Amino acid sequence: MTVPAAVGALIQVTLVIAVAPILTGLMRATRAKLEGRAGPSVVQPWRDIRKLLHKERIKPEYSGWVFLLAPRVLLASGLMVVVLVPLITTATALGGSGDLFAVVYLVLLGTVFLVLAGLDPGTAFGGMGASRAITVAALAEPAFLLAIFALSVRAGSSSLATIVDSVLAEPRSLASPGSLLALAAVSVVVLAESGRLPVDNPSTHLELTMIHESMVLEYAGPDLAVVELASQVRLTIFLGLIANLFAPWGIAVTTHPADLAIGTGVVVAKLALLGVVIATFEVFVAKMRLFRVPELLTAAFILAFLAITMSFFLT
Amino acid sequence: MSAGTWGLAFAAAAGGIGTIAALVTVGPTRRWLVGILSGLSAAAGGATAILVLVGHGPVTVHLPQILPLAGVELNLDALGAVFVLAVAIVALPASIYGIGYTAHGLNRRSVQAMYPLFIVSLLLVPAAASVSTLLLLWEAMALTSLVLVAAEHRERSEVREAAWWYGSMSHLSMIAILMALVVFAGHAPGETFEALRMSGRHLSSSTRSFVFVLSLVGFGTKAGVVPLHVWLPRAHPEAPSHVSALMSGAMVNLGIYGVLRVTWDLLGGGPIWWGITVLFVGVTSALFGILHALVARDLKRLLAYSTSENMGLILVAVGAAGIYSSSGNPMLAGVAITAALLHIVNHAAFKGLLFLGAGSVVAATGTRDLDRMGGLLARMPVTGAAFAVGSLAIMALPPFNGFVSEWLLLKSLVQGLPASSVAISVTMPIAVGAVALTGGLAAAAFAKAFGTGFLARPRSPQVEAAAEVGGTMQTGMVSLAVACLGLGLAPFALLDVLRRAGAALPSLWGGEPVRSVGVTLHTGGLTGSLSPLFIGGGLILLVVLIPVVLRLLGVAGRRRVAENWGSGRSLQTARMEYTATSFAEPLQRVFDDVLRPEFDLAVTHTAESRYYVEAVRYRVGIVDGFETHVYRPLIRVAKRWGEMSRWVQNGSIHRYLAYLFVALLIVLLVSQ
Repeated sequence: MTVPAAVGALIQVTLVIAVAPILTGLMRATRAKLEGRAGPSVVQPWRDIRKLLHKERIKPEYSGWVFLLAPRVLLASGLMVVVLVPLITTATALGGSGDLFAVVYLVLLGTVFLVLAGLDPGTAFGGMGASRAITVAALAEPAFLLAIFALSVRAGSSSLATIVDSVLAEPRSLASPGSLLALAAVSVVVLAESGRLPVDNPSTHLELTMIHESMVLEYAGPDLAVVELASQVRLTIFLGLIANLFAPWGIAVTTHPADLAIGTGVVVAKLALLGVVIATFEVFVAKMRLFRVPELLTAAFILAFLAITMSFFLT
Repeated sequence: MSAGTWGLAFAAAAGGIGTIAALVTVGPTRRWLVGILSGLSAAAGGATAILVLVGHGPVTVHLPQILPLAGVELNLDALGAVFVLAVAIVALPASIYGIGYTAHGLNRRSVQAMYPLFIVSLLLVPAAASVSTLLLLWEAMALTSLVLVAAEHRERSEVREAAWWYGSMSHLSMIAILMALVVFAGHAPGETFEALRMSGRHLSSSTRSFVFVLSLVGFGTKAGVVPLHVWLPRAHPEAPSHVSALMSGAMVNLGIYGVLRVTWDLLGGGPIWWGITVLFVGVTSALFGILHALVARDLKRLLAYSTSENMGLILVAVGAAGIYSSSGNPMLAGVAITAALLHIVNHAAFKGLLFLGAGSVVAATGTRDLDRMGGLLARMPVTGAAFAVGSLAIMALPPFNGFVSEWLLLKSLVQGLPASSVAISVTMPIAVGAVALTGGLAAAAFAKAFGTGFLARPRSPQVEAAAEVGGTMQTGMVSLAVACLGLGLAPFALLDVLRRAGAALPSLWGGEPVRSVGVTLHTGGLTGSLSPLFIGGGLILLVVLIPVVLRLLGVAGRRRVAENWGSGRSLQTARMEYTATSFAEPLQRVFDDVLRPEFDLAVTHTAESRYYVEAVRYRVGIVDGFETHVYRPLIRVAKRWGEMSRWVQNGSIHRYLAYLFVALLIVLLVSQ
């Protein structure tokens, strides 16, 4: 591991932690603007985290170590993904420690711990959220892995850096039907995994309709701050992945400071753009019934499957 | 005699002495002697396997005087050694665990005497080097395990039924294996594996296919692949738990061993449809197994179905290896076979662990019903933590061992596409989709097993009163949990030895499929690398660091215990919790076309008004479709056939004389 490469990874982690709450704030502000509300400032999520950190820590009556460990595992798995994925630069030497498949399992690790934490206090809401979250995760995983399969076939590697490099080297491959189908599949999976509309409504106030929020209902104070930050980090990673797998231009391919600076600026711009697009999309859709979600995910699965067949038959 | 021969001899001797000790001693002495001697036997077997795997050549033993005509031929090569190692990984902790576990009414002479013999037969089956030796050891394994499955037949009638299913299925599988190997040996100059190997490639293609199909059926039954799995979800739950651990962690692997040995070693590989067949058998088993595991309420039944699923995953890798080798990609086949072998070792560790954990729960609470459990983590902290490790490992999550083999399995399926034929380009995406869906559902199934079994609040009084199990049982579980973590962080230690095992299957091995550079694994073909040590270590480090950072930010460490949120109401009872059934209900609804659950909803109204409900009874039953739609009709036909033969053979001596007379007439007429 070379020093600049480690620096690249460190910058990525710092950047994602700093930007993730602001991205969520930006999405909320966009929504508020489009719905004709004034809305809070974009840094409101950071203020919320700061406020939560200074509140009392609370442990639900019947919960054990799983409940206390889950927020940390969720955040740790998110940060591990940030180390592995090329957001600012493809030249992080740490990227060789895990490929896209490893990313899927790290994401699943966070989900599983959150599900267990939902069950731990023994409330009906927690169990309900946990059961729904694992349903969505179990069905999103095949679509996600197949979409990755499609992308790896295109690049001849499942390594993230190689996939990004291959797109940079041959931008025309992006316009192929295989890539577009894979993009569609990944987008659906990302909406599902990060708990956005139409799968889950992050801003609902009714426990019965929530997935993610009802799982974390028992968290309060600093633990809730960690959970919130981890969820925001996860959303940032997903959007960053989409941005760099399907539009990698501007990403640094070296660890030269100037390149890194450009890479940072570009990735922040891409994240902001994607955040605004998703927030706009969310204004126009309603949440799906829970039992329609599997149909959506099956559609994503089929799109990904077609993407693979396309990349084989149309090359 | 070489060190390896001594090792095998010691393993057999320790097992034999264990059996004698079980017969002549009583009370706690019997438990301890059987446990220690079986453990020693397993340790000796494991040590021998490691010797072979690090390159101290195959261990060959020839004992002409034991079996008449043929003699016993043993030859433990690197391929067999991987399976012996997998047996040892489960058998050693399971034996230690058994010391405590058998104190609960299982310290009977018959059971305890069979246990060491079962371990010895498990250790020796992969070393068999001739048809008669293999069949002898195979039957020994089947019979000893049958006695062990039936151990508690006096206590529960389901045990008897399970033993019937198990005995019948393992004998049907024996018939298939016998036919395959006898036909094979009949076409070869001898019955040693050496002779079979030399003639395997030169048989007619119809004979080769006959041997392949029959051995797949025979060995596949032992591996519990769908649709030959019906015995597995019955026998594994009913057996004593340390025996279930051995059956699910070690014995089923030998079915895979048989498929590999006969098809890709002795027959030397075959046409591409062999690989495709194995792959689709694997895909079906994986999906069917995990769907039933997902909806199972019985904890041990859930684990048993998941064994079916994992054997399916291994067969997917084996089938992919076969497809690659038939289409001229031995290097890609090597990646797939490495994935299969690694998963066998990993599965032995985590499934053994999970069954031991389930055994502790059964010993402490007397129930296997997940809907009645809950809150066990607080009552049984060691068992709970060990079960958590096993669950995370089987979900293929870092930093545990399942993650590495599942990653390799996916890689081996993905990498085929760039350099491929039509067969590969159609089968591999299907296989990846199925493996991925299996992975997702496995996460749900084991989140259910651990989450509703060990977390939240107890749902029945006997679970409320549960207490942690004793020291030997804890030792057994903790050592397997450590193995799961160790294999997850440092799989590169195992790669070198798997390379030797793969090289024992020359038709499935080429180049350097998986190599480890430092702590990072690289696969050939479609590139990509993984450093489990870095990912796992990084995760653990971050989990430790986050509270430190929080403390630095001025967050207080102490937590106030508060009541749960109940939408403003207080008084939440354990009956309001999500149960295992309700947890899996959404996924059950998604897959109800496959599972075909039977609902029964009965609402009783009060006498005063039908708008007031007095009681609601909801019952859901899910039966194995293969059992009702395939096996029950077959059993009916067999019974009718039996009744018809009773009419023919009714005990009347006159009728028998008439049969003789008619037969004689026919013979005379035909011979005219």
